[in-house]
Amino acid sequence: MHAIEKILAKNSGRDRVKTGEIVTARVDFAEINDLYLQTVYSFREMNGDKVWDKDRVAFVFDHYAPAPTIKTAQIHKEMREFARENDLIYHFDINAGICHQVMPEAGLIYPGSIIVATDSHTTTHGAFGALGTGVGATDMATILISGKLWFRVPEIIEIRIDGTPREGVLPKDIVLFLMGQIKADGAVYKAIDFTGSYIEQLGVAGRMTICNMAVEMGAKTAYMQPNQEVLEYVSKKAVRPFEVVYTDDEFEYSESYCFDISDLTPQVAAPHSVDNVYPIHELDEIRIDQGFIGTCTGGRLEDIKVAADILRGKKISDHVRLIVIPASTQVMMEAIERGYFQDLVDAGATISTPGCGPCLSAHEGVLAPNEVCITASNRNFPGRMGSTQAEIYLASPATVAASVLTGYLTNPLSL
Amino acid sequence: MERVLRGKVIVLGDNIDTDQIYPGRYLELVDPKEIGSHCLAGVDENIAPNFVKGDMIVAGSNFGCGSSREHAPISLINMGASVVIADSFARIFYRNSINLGLPLIVCKGISRALKDGDEIEVDIEEGTITLIKTAKLFQGEKIGEYAMNILEAGGIKPLFRERKF
Ligand code: SF4
Repeated sequence: MHAIEKILAKNSGRDRVKTGEIVTARVDFAEINDLYLQTVYSFREMNGDKVWDKDRVAFVFDHYAPAPTIKTAQIHKEMREFARENDLIYHFDINAGICHQVMPEAGLIYPGSIIVATDSHTTTHGAFGALGTGVGATDMATILISGKLWFRVPEIIEIRIDGTPREGVLPKDIVLFLMGQIKADGAVYKAIDFTGSYIEQLGVAGRMTICNMAVEMGAKTAYMQPNQEVLEYVSKKAVRPFEVVYTDDEFEYSESYCFDISDLTPQVAAPHSVDNVYPIHELDEIRIDQGFIGTCTGGRLEDIKVAADILRGKKISDHVRLIVIPASTQVMMEAIERGYFQDLVDAGATISTPGCGPCLSAHEGVLAPNEVCITASNRNFPGRMGSTQAEIYLASPATVAASVLTGYLTNPLSL
Repeated sequence: MERVLRGKVIVLGDNIDTDQIYPGRYLELVDPKEIGSHCLAGVDENIAPNFVKGDMIVAGSNFGCGSSREHAPISLINMGASVVIADSFARIFYRNSINLGLPLIVCKGISRALKDGDEIEVDIEEGTITLIKTAKLFQGEKIGEYAMNILEAGGIKPLFRERKF
């Protein structure tokens, strides 16, 4: 069996599971973000009384942190009340950060666990050898009542990535390249196992960036076998004992893709789809209005460092603005301590409070019609960051930083 | 749930994501009727105001990709869509819709075979679609037993209320 199948089997009390079967599995941790007050309503509509386990449920206020409107303030208020009524042990209010970042930081994600959250990017937790998947509000309400969820055991595909990337080519470039190859519907209903020599040496942040975007290929979940760096990270933090799960040698993937990324150059997804990907030098000089570094894809310390290194002692172009939003308070504190924020502010950046920011057009930097944004985030659908007539280019934080410096889409390797 | 439905279709393209079905700027709304009035605003803001209850959405591949927002099926239901038929659906959207009692039928090639305004008859149980004007029949995939149980109960909420899970 594959590690993913072993996790599903273990949590559904079986010895084995097979592809296509429907199993009802125990959920190790359930998380609800602040877009999903509907979860509370669905819970009540289904006569829910108390959540099944107050140690295993948390709210994270990230999409609307702090509340930009009266309606969103009301959402926070009702969620806080629910959290209090249920004596939830973990609660991440507007001072915490993005759910996919704060949960691992709090030790709630560890190998072999099943994590379900009301957010599609829950695939991120494959970075830790956990099975993470997103659901909607009503599915989540059924978990809050029963502690379980039905799963169809997915086909598992392998994406093997070998080679050593050039200096300046980042995990975001790798995953954008994969998007262009596998396409937005290439892994619908499937699980992706990322393997190969590149993944084996990759650190926690890079693993999170790649697993995060697995959902953009349609994947139900993503997985990476934990390496030493991951094990050190989770051992320090995990709130419960855990066991690392391994795939059997004889396991056969339903499909395998192999890529060597040694010669890869920085990649960009052009409007309006995540799989409309080009090496940056193939795109014409495109004038930009805004750069954005942040989100659950590109707002970690490593991403902010890359930008600070490029922008230190320089000024961003007159006609652009740069918005930098750390993925969590912990990231923010470290970025301050290391002086990255000083560098970025000196260069002309605007820093905003930890959370999702303008990623889904809630606040803090949404786009006007015909504006062009280059962003380290994960989606460039029409209207994703504001006006449906705005254009969004997805790139690595290095490419964002290089581009705000010149005011045009710019290859960071050319600086 | 009605097994056989009849209505006119609106035909959409591939990869219609949840931001197009229900733009992020309306996510703070909670009133179902109001949510329905913004359905598909990311494709065309004129769709919802002119939608006739009982009509149907037909789309290409990967309909509902993107975020896990349940507002997407909630808006379709409250706009009055009786069924969505697509070449394929994204996973979370599929679960959300079935949970809320909105039937979905997978039928490869359907988005290229029908045009805006075509009248069709859909047999939910059999997964068949008939184009009225030519009587042409399209065989879609049958809904699995697990999902059919949920749909027949009117969604997962009634099932859970009665603790049948
Ligand atoms: S940062 Fe963007 S993609 Fe990530 S959880 Fe927030 S809104 Fe979703």
